[in-house]
Amino acid sequence: MTITNPAADTFGMYTVGDKIADTKAPDTPIDKMWTTRKFDAALVNPSNRRKLSVIIVGTGLAGAAAAASLGEAGYNVQVFFYQDSARRAHSIAAQGGINAAKNYNGDGDSVYRLFYDTVKGGDYRARETNVYRLAEVSANIIDQCVAQGVPFAREYGGLLDNRSFGGTQVARTFYAAGQTGQQLLIGAYQALERQVAKGTVKEFKRHEMLELIVVDGRARGIVARNMATGELETHLADAVVLASGGYGNVFFLSTNAMGCNVTATWRAHRKGAYFGNPCYTQIHPTCIPVAGDYQSKLTLMSESLRNDGRIWVPKRAEDCDKDPRQIPEEDRDYYLERIYPAFGNLVPRDIASRQAKNVCDEGRGVGPKVGDFRRGVYLDFAESIERLGRAAIEEKYGNLFDMYAQITGESPYEVPMRIYPAVHYTMGGLWVDYDLQTSITGLYAAGEANFSDHGANRLGASSLMQCLGDGYFVLPNTIRDYLAHGPFEKVSPDAPEVAAALAAAKGRIDRLMSVNGDRSVDSFHKELGHIMWEYCGMERTEEGLLKAIGLIRSLREEFWRNVRVLGSADTLNQSLERAGRVADFLELGELMCIDALHRRESCGGHFRGESQTEDGEALRHDDEFLYVAAWEFAGGEDGVFGTPVLHKEDLVYKSIELKQRSYK
Amino acid sequence: MNLTLNIWRQDGPNAQGRMVTYQLADVSEHMSFLEMLDVLNEQLVEKGEEPIAFDSDCREGICGMCGLMINGKAHGPEVTTTCQLHMRSFHDGDTITIEPWRATAFPVLRDLVVDRSAFDRIIQSGGFISVNTGAAPESHSVPVPKAKADRAFESAKCIGCGACVAACPNAAGMLFMGAKVTHLGELPQGQPERWARVVKMVSQHDHEGFGGCTNTGACADACPKEIPLDVINQLNKDLLAAMRVRG
Ligand SMILES: Cc1cc2nc3c(=O)[nH]c(=O)nc-3n(C[C@H](O)[C@H](O)[C@H](O)COP(=O)(O)OP(=O)(O)OC[C@H]3O[C@@H](n4cnc5c(N)ncnc54)[C@H](O)[C@@H]3O)c2cc1C
Ligand code: SF4
Ligand code: FES
Repeated sequence: MTITNPAADTFGMYTVGDKIADTKAPDTPIDKMWTTRKFDAALVNPSNRRKLSVIIVGTGLAGAAAAASLGEAGYNVQVFFYQDSARRAHSIAAQGGINAAKNYNGDGDSVYRLFYDTVKGGDYRARETNVYRLAEVSANIIDQCVAQGVPFAREYGGLLDNRSFGGTQVARTFYAAGQTGQQLLIGAYQALERQVAKGTVKEFKRHEMLELIVVDGRARGIVARNMATGELETHLADAVVLASGGYGNVFFLSTNAMGCNVTATWRAHRKGAYFGNPCYTQIHPTCIPVAGDYQSKLTLMSESLRNDGRIWVPKRAEDCDKDPRQIPEEDRDYYLERIYPAFGNLVPRDIASRQAKNVCDEGRGVGPKVGDFRRGVYLDFAESIERLGRAAIEEKYGNLFDMYAQITGESPYEVPMRIYPAVHYTMGGLWVDYDLQTSITGLYAAGEANFSDHGANRLGASSLMQCLGDGYFVLPNTIRDYLAHGPFEKVSPDAPEVAAALAAAKGRIDRLMSVNGDRSVDSFHKELGHIMWEYCGMERTEEGLLKAIGLIRSLREEFWRNVRVLGSADTLNQSLERAGRVADFLELGELMCIDALHRRESCGGHFRGESQTEDGEALRHDDEFLYVAAWEFAGGEDGVFGTPVLHKEDLVYKSIELKQRSYK
Repeated sequence: MNLTLNIWRQDGPNAQGRMVTYQLADVSEHMSFLEMLDVLNEQLVEKGEEPIAFDSDCREGICGMCGLMINGKAHGPEVTTTCQLHMRSFHDGDTITIEPWRATAFPVLRDLVVDRSAFDRIIQSGGFISVNTGAAPESHSVPVPKAKADRAFESAKCIGCGACVAACPNAAGMLFMGAKVTHLGELPQGQPERWARVVKMVSQHDHEGFGGCTNTGACADACPKEIPLDVINQLNKDLLAAMRVRG
């Protein structure tokens, strides 16, 4: 469908509903809020906890931490995940580290500074109360992990070592070589398995959530497909937590794991959970560039490399195909150091990514040509290797260098790495209040699945912090305030709401299996990814977004008419799994574009070509856009997308002064 | 390059499996091994044949989800995971045989997909440190000597892929278990449960149908994370000590 005659402002794409607000953060000074909330939240008598059941979807850091903690507290927990073991959730792939305001280096760090950096890094589009609490619990996270046996890097004196990450001027990042996510997740996984052994947590592996069950306005369960047998199952509980991760795979190529999907949160959105800021996407500056059409995913090279690597391109386009080692110093442009002398190579991700795109657009990119341009810049370790010695660099980054060599066939000890931005993280997600409850009563969202803490741009090492903060410390304290009102009236497995959810999931699978068209699921996913990257990627414009929406609509229409899913639904069927995910991405993609279209300002990772300063930096419009965009689903069968309703939550900054960001 | 692929197909856990031969043309040396299988699957779908089921998720060598026997070797010819293996390790005209992990404790679910739940149950039996959320002391109250922390980390790098089991003539899970026992046993936080842990884990291991260790070292050779063989010595030493403590 093409867009003709767009109505002013909304382009006929959405309507504006009532404003919303968080009502859970107590009315106290910001540094007393969390203590007050914890105190005011109702308690549940230990002997009653076992009668209260919670479903948790996801065993990444957020889900595993929440499940283990709620299990320890004595609740009756069921966890669902699509991999064959809880230890394999996508969090395992996080490399660089986790932030915490420990101030172990005496370099002036504090809870307030971590809070300040995170709000500023998010370009003043996060809710300050949630972020302050995150900074407050950060130190406890490190203690918890160390006690579980997480082998963080240590100094010779036996104490914990720290490194710096982008967007900050203190070293507050804790790490375990380039495998921090793995070590943290194994800690949480082991705590979880301990509860499985105790019988407080029941695991459902290779299970994919396909529907949310809502009864009398409360989230009461899920429909899940056992991916090994194909069976559809209903599971009921007193509350449901979605910790199902981010939706970066809407772009097809991203640094996310192959199975990362939006299905769990999208199905909840369709049932009434508002989606917050869906267009806020993080494009990470340091990934291995695309090599060919067959490519299935992109690989991140941790941001921590920017501590010791220097980013440059040749000053002159003619030098771009030369051996980089032959290009003399005076012919190199260390463009981040040049443009941002205060932060240099450690500017926040959105800035580093956009500048890489700019130099490549100017024709100064390096590496093989993809289309008309070379899409790559150098990340060079020659100077650090000379200064610190090869062994020191190997100790810090050995596994990353090996991974790079494995993938590209080139050794970063010998030649500079080539990197280019790639989709990495989604700041948007289900809208939640201070308690992490969504707009559906009894439905909570934690970790990357919610929208809460990173505003329009996430700082490095802050997601692991948020996931574990949510899972270990926030959710167990807030969800009890809800559970204290339970157990709620038992839902019968034959209740009409349950039967309807089951029938919806089954109907959808039957429909996917029966189209029997000509095109594979992946071909649709790739095409969607191209549209999103081109028009809803690093730079967005009104014209491009309108075009993208038209393209997505016709692609979605073709999908339901022409997709080919072979095999049967009652066995392990990976094409069917993917088809369901892509169907949801095809709806989400449209909402992302509508959100990006409506936000006629640039902020953080959302860069609107029409809104920039004279020197090309993001230009916010606080007068008009100082709010969270929470979208309500407006109905429609699968594949049909009604006109979504925008609810604005005004952002109120009492503890921090609003400024235009500057890293110069 | 052009390849001949012999691939194990099996419709379900109880179905009879068989090897099926496929020809694949124009494979780029820059593809990963799994991308090569993606391309084959796209061609199969085009022809109306069911694609081959295989597991993968991160495709970065860290989640441990992938794992194939490639020409009889777990994860193929290089020291890496299947997803990080690239086609530059092969040559034009090669025939490649691809099978699932073979071990009693890892039953096949379909084609190349196996069930490794037995590993989770070994961890459930004792592969953790018992500390509830909120009960942790300040991190710096317990310094850990760097050498110990480093060895704990080296062992904690295990990704639970199961290649060690697949490579072992007896399908033993000793390298996997040794890695966990060493990771937790090196740290001060792991001491209180050290002896009980090793006893419970070994007993669960045997119960799951993994075989006994005969010190061939095939596990460590196949391990993509280069977990050293001596973690098995550490496991055996701890087991002996535990027996003594228990009397
Ligand atoms: C390569 C890489 C490196 C990173 N490095 C860092 C870093 O150094 N520091 C940092 O702070 N952040 C980093 N991040 C970001 C961070 O890793 C993630 O944001 C974070 O781990 C997300 O955790 P999570 O618990 O929210 O979800 P995930 O870890 O994504 O887990 C999602 C869970 O939900 C389950 N699930 C999903 N959908 C369904 C469904 N429909 N049904 C059933 N189950 C489902 C999955 O099985 C899984 O268990 C990195 C990200 C990437 C991609
Ligand atoms: S020890 Fe090595 S081979 Fe065995 S499961 Fe762990 S990583 Fe895989
Ligand atoms: S797919 Fe994760 S290790 Fe290979």
